[in-house]
Amino acid sequence: MSTQSTDLSEGKSDVLSEQTYAEIDQWLKKYPPEQKKSAVMAALRIAQDENKGYLTTDIISAIAKYLAIPAIEVQEVATFYSMYEHNPVGKHKICVCTNISCMLNGSEHILDYIYERLGIKPGETTKDGKFTLKEVECLGACVGAPMLQVGKEYHEYLTPEKVDALLSRLD
Amino acid sequence: MTNEVCFRTLHLDKPSSLDTYISIGGYQVWKKILAEKTSQMDIIEEIKISNLRGRGGAGFPTGLKWSFMHPPGGEVQPSMQRYIVCNSDEGEPGTCKDRDILRYNPHQLIEGMAIAGYAIGASIGYNYIRGEFWEPYEQFEQALSEAYEAGLLGKNIQNSGIDFDLYTHLGAGAYICGEETALLESIEGKKGQPRFKPPFPASYGLYGRPTTINNTETLASVPVILEKGGQWFLEQGKPNNGGTKLFSVSGHVNKPGNYEVPMGIPFADLLEMAGGVKDGKKLKAVIPGGSSTPVIPGEIMMDLSMDYDSLASKAAGSMLGAGSVIVMHEDTCMVKTLARLSHFYYDESCGQCTPCREGTGWLSRIVHRIEDGQGKNEDLDLLNSIASKIEGRTICALGAAAAMPVASFIKHYRDEFQYHIDHKKCMVSMK
Repeated sequence: MSTQSTDLSEGKSDVLSEQTYAEIDQWLKKYPPEQKKSAVMAALRIAQDENKGYLTTDIISAIAKYLAIPAIEVQEVATFYSMYEHNPVGKHKICVCTNISCMLNGSEHILDYIYERLGIKPGETTKDGKFTLKEVECLGACVGAPMLQVGKEYHEYLTPEKVDALLSRLD
Repeated sequence: MTNEVCFRTLHLDKPSSLDTYISIGGYQVWKKILAEKTSQMDIIEEIKISNLRGRGGAGFPTGLKWSFMHPPGGEVQPSMQRYIVCNSDEGEPGTCKDRDILRYNPHQLIEGMAIAGYAIGASIGYNYIRGEFWEPYEQFEQALSEAYEAGLLGKNIQNSGIDFDLYTHLGAGAYICGEETALLESIEGKKGQPRFKPPFPASYGLYGRPTTINNTETLASVPVILEKGGQWFLEQGKPNNGGTKLFSVSGHVNKPGNYEVPMGIPFADLLEMAGGVKDGKKLKAVIPGGSSTPVIPGEIMMDLSMDYDSLASKAAGSMLGAGSVIVMHEDTCMVKTLARLSHFYYDESCGQCTPCREGTGWLSRIVHRIEDGQGKNEDLDLLNSIASKIEGRTICALGAAAAMPVASFIKHYRDEFQYHIDHKKCMVSMK
């Protein structure tokens, strides 16, 4: 296989969908043609979203093949950054910030309250596979403390009532 | 005098839209540069006059940084691609100002990046946005589309012969990528591990090409500086501490928020803007510039002003950092607070340098054992010893950032730590 080939289709596998490849292609356009590796972070995120929120070795290999880089280099990135998951997660991943500004504003009580409601502690998933709870580092919304992230959304100035309303909205 | 620079669209309807930005004179500076082909050195000179210093925390003079791209004696490899990179990897605990620039005034950042690119000879820019900032990322992408559609970015912009393409790069959760060379590694699709310096990014940056990296607030300040003049900006603040600054005020205050005010504002005034200390309690301590900056006791803080020199004075012994003001009232347990911060640095150390990788673990474990009532009498000296052995022995500043809070917490609140060790419990009630 020539590394100069412009036919990307030869690097594809059936682990990732055409839609995922199309989205990765959009990111590849941002970088110099010889710097395909730059798209690895986006590729991992897109593939993770498609695979119910977590990565597998097959996905990592498929991305490596498509970007024409060694699988270990994809693995390194996949295990370095905290937003990539390597085990199944619930449909909704609840990330509660407990760093300083959130801590000063009662983030522990938010974690306690979620435990009361869902029976899960950080690192755990509800039995029905609906929710995973994570304790995370500062998410950069300190003036809205205490806060959490679910999916792509931030929820700030949390109170037990707000957590209730949020949990009942998530199906 | 608030919201004059980065937040100047904040009070308007649809603050992030192109129409709003145009309505306040946005992109006029960029269009003038495109039409007149303003000299690069004139732009850099104006930034130098303004005394704009890096708003990401290090406070390095921006004009000087840009001038590194034009070394005396001629350009280094003038034909080489150059890059301007914006650091929107906002992650220092206490800091959340850049998020609001991305959400509420993205066009000003785009204009600032285009101007900076022009001034340093870069036709390509990347804005590195932390992965968790999805909404700000979408806002910025929306603004980028508008700017391209309006013919303000791209190739041969407005028939000027000038090219500037701007892209976003999304992170995926790593505090260390806020370190500028780790950020470059991350754009290259690698683990975010800081590079040895030298070579500095101005000679060997993104993809090995000359690169300038500036913080979001720094770049978003540029269009206003060039519109109103470097002298105007300088006079907003005070000598050596020019301009306005965004302060993220969080913690125990009644009205937490991002406040854009003149540099050098008395802390007491900023605290008042933020509604004062929560629940009418007494001020105990303030971390003035983000979690890495040394803590200052409340009674000292009340006499200080919010600028580089005042917070670095002997009395203060701290830093302005990113202007991330974390306020703590009288019920705050300093041991518990330090335990949380130490865990953060342990979690976020990239693992490259042994003193940081191992030392942050030691710091975290020892502070936690004091907090848990398992502390030993020698622990406080041990903590100071470990902290001093991390500082200055690592590739990047994360090690020092982990060490500084430890030393300052023990210096100012040693009795509280000692009480935890002696009585296996806390002397304050933290609610």
